[in-house]
Amino acid sequence: MPAPVKKVEGRMAPLDLADVDTDQIIPKQFLKRIERTGYGPFLFYDWRRRGNFVLDRPEYAGASVLVAGANFGCGSSREHAPWALRDFGFKAIIAPSFADIFRANCYKTGLLAVTLPESQVRHLMDLVSEDPTVQVVVDLEAQKVRGDGFEYRFEIDPFAREMLLKGLDEISLVERHSDEIAAYEKNRAAWLS
Amino acid sequence: MAATLAQKIWDAHVVRSSQGEPDLLFVDLHLVHEVTSPQAFEGLRLAGRHVRRPDLTVATMDHNVPTRGGVRSADELSRKQMEVLEENCERAGIPLHKIGSRRQGIVHVIGPELGLTQPGMLIVCGDSHTSTHGAFGALAFGIGTSEVEIVLATQCLPQKRQGDLAVNVTGSLPLGVTAKDIVLGLIGRTGTSAGQGHLVEYRGETIRGLSMEGRMTICNMSIEWGAKAGMVAPDDTTFSYVQGRAHAPKGEAWEKALDYWRTLSTDEGAHFDGQIDLDASALEPHVTWGTTPGQVVPVTGRVPSPHSETDERALRYMDLKPGVALQEIAIDRVFIGSCTNARLEDLRAAASVIQGRRVHPKVRAMVVPGSTSVKIAAEKEGLDEVFKAAGFEWRNAGCSMCLGMNPDILAPGERCASTSNRNFEGRQGSGGRTHLMSPPMAAAAALTGHLVDVRELI
Repeated sequence: MPAPVKKVEGRMAPLDLADVDTDQIIPKQFLKRIERTGYGPFLFYDWRRRGNFVLDRPEYAGASVLVAGANFGCGSSREHAPWALRDFGFKAIIAPSFADIFRANCYKTGLLAVTLPESQVRHLMDLVSEDPTVQVVVDLEAQKVRGDGFEYRFEIDPFAREMLLKGLDEISLVERHSDEIAAYEKNRAAWLS
Repeated sequence: MAATLAQKIWDAHVVRSSQGEPDLLFVDLHLVHEVTSPQAFEGLRLAGRHVRRPDLTVATMDHNVPTRGGVRSADELSRKQMEVLEENCERAGIPLHKIGSRRQGIVHVIGPELGLTQPGMLIVCGDSHTSTHGAFGALAFGIGTSEVEIVLATQCLPQKRQGDLAVNVTGSLPLGVTAKDIVLGLIGRTGTSAGQGHLVEYRGETIRGLSMEGRMTICNMSIEWGAKAGMVAPDDTTFSYVQGRAHAPKGEAWEKALDYWRTLSTDEGAHFDGQIDLDASALEPHVTWGTTPGQVVPVTGRVPSPHSETDERALRYMDLKPGVALQEIAIDRVFIGSCTNARLEDLRAAASVIQGRRVHPKVRAMVVPGSTSVKIAAEKEGLDEVFKAAGFEWRNAGCSMCLGMNPDILAPGERCASTSNRNFEGRQGSGGRTHLMSPPMAAAAALTGHLVDVRELI
């Protein structure tokens, strides 16, 4: 059963780029593993290998909130992307928008994918670029991103929020409706077998 | 009430609907491959669960299969992944088209060609290009591994209803302009995220006039502009494609299915949240210049000036300067393949450009058929001879250099004219540079050694 996620508190790391795709987050050569964990060292592998990558700067070490550009997580559906972000130490990602599959994968992984308007994300980006030690709270219960002198409300699908807050196992939830599934199965068209 | 095609299919799959919860949808077809499934099977095992409907699940090996030399030429980890898939399928009783089988191939190519993909179905797969199957008037979308596990265990998936978008394409496609150019042109206009949170229906006379292959190419790339799914209402083109295929309904069942399938179109007056109009007659062949599919221009154009940090980064990565004519860009490699453009029609279109000509001496070009069946059919027509005589490598089926999980990769700095779907940094090999285009355009580039307007060669 996934652990409940209520609140993430910590420092931020900025990744000021739009359209960061899951091929960058975790390149394909690391999708050959059959485990669900252990992807952290390979997060943004190519970018980090080229040197001077923002996440490798000592001031951002240990950050738990990634602040990113629009359309974060686009491309491949690989859930290895949120696994890698989680394994690296991130517990929340704040961006102006996320690719649909990536966001769904984040929730399943227990990663808070939080959407804020572009201007507020820009503020966080500027804030952390000026002072990497700045603390932030991503409060799922209150649906707020808080820090010294600011408080931003975010919207999130209420069901996803509930799942995260309670750490519910989605399969168990669906299994509760086994009778309805069986009833549906009985009525399917014959050609669908 | 007037309903969209998407709404009709959605409604037909609702197992349970409750206020404040996502709808619980039944999955008619769950396609599985070696890369995004092992953790899902493992999850089931750890929880003591079993696969609820192995009969509605079909697996293939595609992402990391070598395209020559068979399974033994795969690296150890890829082999392990294939073995694990085989074990998992055996244990669960899931049919598997493994490497070496005549039915093996890219999951989004074999679904349609085996007749598994049918109108009105809800289809999922742990792969973002699952939207391909929407070409049949199915609701089809990619899911992550946790969702794969949910579907394996329950054959259902909780889903929140997305919005509806219409893309209306009118006008005749000019000579040398293909379905790929429709979708690249569309993404160039909308950007990479305009489809987010939406089910897209491609409509209009141009779409109606496309073959199933062309419709699949367009639906395939729905995800590249952020859409959850892309679909085309089924019509006689769809029905004649499906009829007679291995898993298609037969006899009386066919007639019944057909009656139902004919109801699958958007009602007059149904509401869309937005509509995008595209004039196909004004389209030119398109080529990407950057590192997202949205960074795309007509081949007659020039590399544009950057408008953002993301653009500047793309130019640096692609080693291109603003203002350079696209047709001056020399290439090293050509890849004709992928779930976007490696069906028989695509290979025919490329071969017709290549016929009797030679690949430029500085170019290494390869064709990777989308499936073993496509390969066999192409060989029957002698297409392999056309490609080989021109200097192309003729390979076995798989995803291959679309994502470079197998040994087919670009070397750092190499520039590739590719019929695939993503030009992301390193997608085809770390440091490799990808230009996306149609099969005839890639074929033309192979002959000339640079990006070129195929219309000059036909």
